[in-house]
Amino acid sequence: MSAVPLLKVRDVSKFYGSRIGCRNVSFELYPGEVLAVVGESGSGKTTLLSCLSTRLMPSSGMIEYHMRDGQYRDLAHMGEAARRFLMRTDWGFVHQNPADGLRMTVSAGANVGERLMAVGDRHYGNIRASASDWLRRVEIGEDRIDDQPRAFSGGMRQRLQIARNLVTSPRLVFMDEPTGGLDVSVQARLLDLVRGLVHDLGLAAIIVTHDLAVARLLSHRMMVMKDGAVIEQGLTDRVLDDPREPYTQLLVSSILQV
Amino acid sequence: MNDLATYNFAYLDEQTKRMIRRAILKAIAIPGYQVPFASREMPMPYGWGTGGVQVTASILGPDDVLKVIDQGADDTTNAVSIRAFFQKVANVAVTTKTVEATIIQTRHRIPEEPLKEGQTLVYQVPIPEPLRFLEPRETETRKMHALEEYGLMHVKLYEDISRNGHIATTYAYPVKVEGRYVMDPSPTPKFDNPKMHMSEALQLFGAGREKRIYAVPPFTEVVSLDFEDHPFEIQTFEKPCALCGAENVYLDEVVLDDRGGRMFVCSDTDHCEDRRAHGHAGSMLASTQHQRKEPAE
Repeated sequence: MSAVPLLKVRDVSKFYGSRIGCRNVSFELYPGEVLAVVGESGSGKTTLLSCLSTRLMPSSGMIEYHMRDGQYRDLAHMGEAARRFLMRTDWGFVHQNPADGLRMTVSAGANVGERLMAVGDRHYGNIRASASDWLRRVEIGEDRIDDQPRAFSGGMRQRLQIARNLVTSPRLVFMDEPTGGLDVSVQARLLDLVRGLVHDLGLAAIIVTHDLAVARLLSHRMMVMKDGAVIEQGLTDRVLDDPREPYTQLLVSSILQV
Repeated sequence: MNDLATYNFAYLDEQTKRMIRRAILKAIAIPGYQVPFASREMPMPYGWGTGGVQVTASILGPDDVLKVIDQGADDTTNAVSIRAFFQKVANVAVTTKTVEATIIQTRHRIPEEPLKEGQTLVYQVPIPEPLRFLEPRETETRKMHALEEYGLMHVKLYEDISRNGHIATTYAYPVKVEGRYVMDPSPTPKFDNPKMHMSEALQLFGAGREKRIYAVPPFTEVVSLDFEDHPFEIQTFEKPCALCGAENVYLDEVVLDDRGGRMFVCSDTDHCEDRRAHGHAGSMLASTQHQRKEPAE
């Protein structure tokens, strides 16, 4: 791991009128590191993720990103064009519902190729070759390259969404409940895949989940949120095996044992 | 009292013309950018060229010579009625000859005869937004134009190739104007796209229902989008025009009978007639004249 953080977050708060979305969240994320944000519904996980990925403007606080040119840029002060460019090149965003992150009416190949075309790739053969390569890497048969995602199962759609995000070799990927709504065996394979990709590509990732098992499998570090604030953070194994806050203890003890 | 007294010159009131001229000036200043304008109700249904008619009405002067074509022809319903409309409300000279016209209003074709400096081509546009069928939200497409995010346009071409093995878009083929805005050239066949590039004439586009005006000023770069390994190509025809023998022109298929008889003729009727008047003859010229005579005998 590099000694320079990829993302520096200081005192980020988001208020919806008088209601609190999230409050005074600070952390640093290093390249290749996977951070899980856990907590129950309504604890501010998704609000925080939206603020970090510039989908929402934080009410206060600062988020700085280490650009490829070595400079730190304050996301709030970047122009919209630069921010959107960052979103589709250096970042990825995996939605809980694949339909939100995919174009359902164009083929799988075009879904994967869109980001390449957006950054100026104008060679059909090359675009198709990368699309085909990425489909193989996410275990989708290459003969499905011309099928629309509508014809895919939930697990395949989620894998396609991941391929679509990773094709431009981003350095940071945001994931919002990536395994939500999938059955356990499909979940297991998806987790395996994500873990492999994150390791091979050296991706940094921020994963929002309420599933502690997902957090344990994927993440190095973990933040526990409650009522919009981070109440505990540390190494994933430490937090899950030795929770200090009463709420975290409750959360960990609520895991169903089969 | 003649009919003219009941109308302002060229039908629209002067304030409306002024508003449309402002939009046109802005459109010329930003080639390919869709300028919103307060489109008026016209005495014709949407989809019949209300946008083109408003643009023509705003730029028309008493000295202009107007030509109106519909799919290349001067004698189809849309062309005849719009021409008659401007004769009535502006008492303007009309022509069917491309070289004589100062303003040419067109639906779906660019004349074969290269346009000259001083001429203005007015297009009737049904859907001005090239990204419409890829991204239905107007708020989003405007943002994409503003930020020059045109990756999606190539997604459409990619889909074409993956489905058909080649770019199957044959009309309304997207172009990039002066290296900046992606523009829908209106539903002209892609055969006509190269004519827009560095054209000497001013090209104005009016979309009445969608309330947009855009323009390509003279001598502007207009490039059809493509892939490096699937370059842009125009349609080619196996045979020349059956009436005038012209090659490298856009042809229409005309069904002659119910036994599979058909002929391919110039879609630009003025071009075809002009060539025949100069002695060119296609393979079926004599036979069609013969057939036409039969009922009279």
